[in-house]
Amino acid sequence: MPIVIENMSHVYQPGSPFKADALTDISLTIEDGELLALIGHTGSGKSTLAQHLNGLLQPTSGRVLVNGQDINEKGTNRRALRQQVGLLFQYAEYQLFEETVYKDIAFGPKNQGLTGDELDRRVREAFALVHLPEDCLEKSPFELSGGQMRRVALAGVLAMKPSVLVLDEPIAGLDPRGREELMQIIDELHDKGVTIVLISHNMDDVARMATKVAVLDKGCLAMHGTPREVFSRGDELEKMGLDVPQTVQLCRQLRRGGMDVPDCLTDEELAQAIVSALKGGKADA
Amino acid sequence: MLKDITLGQFYPVDSFVHRLDPRIKIILTFAFIVGVFLGGTLWAYIPVIAFIYLAAKAAHLPIKMLLKGLKPLRFILIFTFVLNLFFSGGDTVLVKLWFIVISKEGLMTAIRFSARLVFLVTGASLLTLTTSPVVLTDGLERLLSPLRKIGFPAHELAMMMTIALRFIPTLLEEADKIMKAQMARGADFESGNIMQRAKAMIPLLVPLFVSAFRRAGDLAMAMEARCYHGGEGRTRMRVLKITKNDWIAVAVVAAMIVLTSLL
Amino acid sequence: MDEFILEASHVSYAYEEEGAAAVKDVSLSFRTGEMTAILGHNGSGKSTLAKLLNGLYIPTEGKVTVCGMDTADENHTWDIRRNAGMVFQNPDNQLVASIVRDDVAFGLENTGVPAGEMPARIEEALTQVGMLPFIDRGPHTLSGGQKQRIAIAGILAMLPRALILDESTAMLDPRGRREVFDTVERLNREKGITVIWITHFMEEAARCHRAVVMHEGQVAMDGTPQEVFSRVEELRRIRLDVPPMANLACLLREKGVNVPHHVMDVEGMAREVLKCRS
Repeated sequence: MPIVIENMSHVYQPGSPFKADALTDISLTIEDGELLALIGHTGSGKSTLAQHLNGLLQPTSGRVLVNGQDINEKGTNRRALRQQVGLLFQYAEYQLFEETVYKDIAFGPKNQGLTGDELDRRVREAFALVHLPEDCLEKSPFELSGGQMRRVALAGVLAMKPSVLVLDEPIAGLDPRGREELMQIIDELHDKGVTIVLISHNMDDVARMATKVAVLDKGCLAMHGTPREVFSRGDELEKMGLDVPQTVQLCRQLRRGGMDVPDCLTDEELAQAIVSALKGGKADA
Repeated sequence: MLKDITLGQFYPVDSFVHRLDPRIKIILTFAFIVGVFLGGTLWAYIPVIAFIYLAAKAAHLPIKMLLKGLKPLRFILIFTFVLNLFFSGGDTVLVKLWFIVISKEGLMTAIRFSARLVFLVTGASLLTLTTSPVVLTDGLERLLSPLRKIGFPAHELAMMMTIALRFIPTLLEEADKIMKAQMARGADFESGNIMQRAKAMIPLLVPLFVSAFRRAGDLAMAMEARCYHGGEGRTRMRVLKITKNDWIAVAVVAAMIVLTSLL
Repeated sequence: MDEFILEASHVSYAYEEEGAAAVKDVSLSFRTGEMTAILGHNGSGKSTLAKLLNGLYIPTEGKVTVCGMDTADENHTWDIRRNAGMVFQNPDNQLVASIVRDDVAFGLENTGVPAGEMPARIEEALTQVGMLPFIDRGPHTLSGGQKQRIAIAGILAMLPRALILDESTAMLDPRGRREVFDTVERLNREKGITVIWITHFMEEAARCHRAVVMHEGQVAMDGTPQEVFSRVEELRRIRLDVPPMANLACLLREKGVNVPHHVMDVEGMAREVLKCRS
């Protein structure tokens, strides 16, 4: 179920003195099974773009197509179409409200009209995906730790069975263990075939996980390509105030020092490249 | 959607009126309102209108800004006018149509009541448009502080106002975010009857309250870390001083009141 | 000037009587002018420790002194908090007033500073964090990093000798994080203010003088960042991050490339790898 964004623009408060261009003429296709990392500065329009993918915001001009159908067109089944795209907001733990974790996860599928056994199955399936201890289901969400609460919120979105999952800075504010656990879950979901759009500031994560990277700058799509393509344009990224993964930074410095290493995205890859470059160098000598 | 609500209506320019001591402005606003009620005849409103015009000029306020404050009151104004027009009774009948009777006295009362309402709101707007909420809070605290002797919590009240002013934008933003998050989970805030709508608010209100309490806890800790321990021994950054200009303002308002009550 | 500005000796703290201790028998001394990172998971006791260091919490056992004053002595509470200022995690939940100028004044008003002295101190504090142009703005119009710098200015105006920052960059984007860290590092370098920097970000810890790792309420490691981050295995066991370059160094050593233990940043790593060539 690919998502196609066609010449989409969004203007905040058009016609008022506070008018601001949030997104300008974005065209982007998100293919099935992709893990698209959406990067860019705070205020570059990432969250605004994310909220267009499930119809929370409507474009001022242009279209958003899910499976070939415009999600904002009247007459089509907008609600069902929009629910194909699940959106986990930043600091999503603050949206929990039910008495128990079970009921909170059930909120979404219930709104979809599910009841009885089917509802129960959805809740338990989603809960299993986020690796929480079994006894959490009947606990109040407010008894859990921050990282656990965020995973409950994720389960709440997953219970609606979206085919595309949009995650807005899912690891913000978590401790290292919390970050690791959540990234692990995202990895597993991606392996299961869920298309993922990941908004992140952590370039090392992006380099390691993404299959595609889209870079937003001042509301425009500045780059779109594989992580290798995007991160090879390090100077441009830095001009936009964005970081380059440390591995790529190192590769650039090594090349400047006269060592022949390609841009590497993971530590393992880089260690291997350094070892072969060193061996090659010695063989030459 | 919720972000569109702007709080307070302070018009940030520098002027004679903006610079007046907030305590004087608060007292003068009350004096103005009393003055308006002293006026019995329609002639008495001439000095009032003149004063409002003068004050707006001195404050560099566009008259349009002042009138904007009346917009939310338009229905109450019309209601007051109509009610007084038809039901005041009186001997000098102007119009008689079937059972509707409009008398001269009725017309006068209608004009008088509506005018008072307009003046009242305009007077209050003059205060809030020319005094920032922070300064207004300061002024109120100091006006009320003599009441501390009889146990009135003047400082605590002012601190509550300060914190409320600070956190209203934050909480509005948060409400907007939670609402969107629940809508992404299929929540529907817009359809259904009153009961259904009220019930639909639970997923918004519970997280909002939880968050407000968490913020209150954090803030209390931060205030303690910054040595806050109540109003005792506290100094204030803003020094309020009554200057010549304040006396001029007092004189002008006094003149208005005298004229109004004589006419 | 006393050499140790903040001292905790055999400090334990439990939130509830009879409850499990959040901090257990911790002894740490912080030298004047030192910038120390404290690392550890949520629940490792690092935030509790922070609140013990400026008298927000009083130890259940043991003793904490700030500039020689015992935090348990109520006569010194305000002196202690003025000298050891604290900045918290959530930038929204620690600013009190709806105008920057008034917020920075808050601490001064609380400690009874005469009104005549305030403007100069407020402006000086805002200058030091680079936020003077924002003096008449409302906090809700600022970015997270800017709000945190206002919070720091609010503390600086009270002329503290130590700053305790409890995960003050956790909720910020990379630019905000850099803004805040650079500001605090400069205050440490130029004004000699002692800094306790509690964080989850290893690259920040790598830039401090000293790193302390807390685990289950106790001090697990204490040393220079180089020493601490060279103990990659131990850090992994308690599931803390390792700075990416320290991780790479570890991988390279496994493959027989001899890079030293103490490399932590890209520049150092590039230098060492290029050295291996000859």
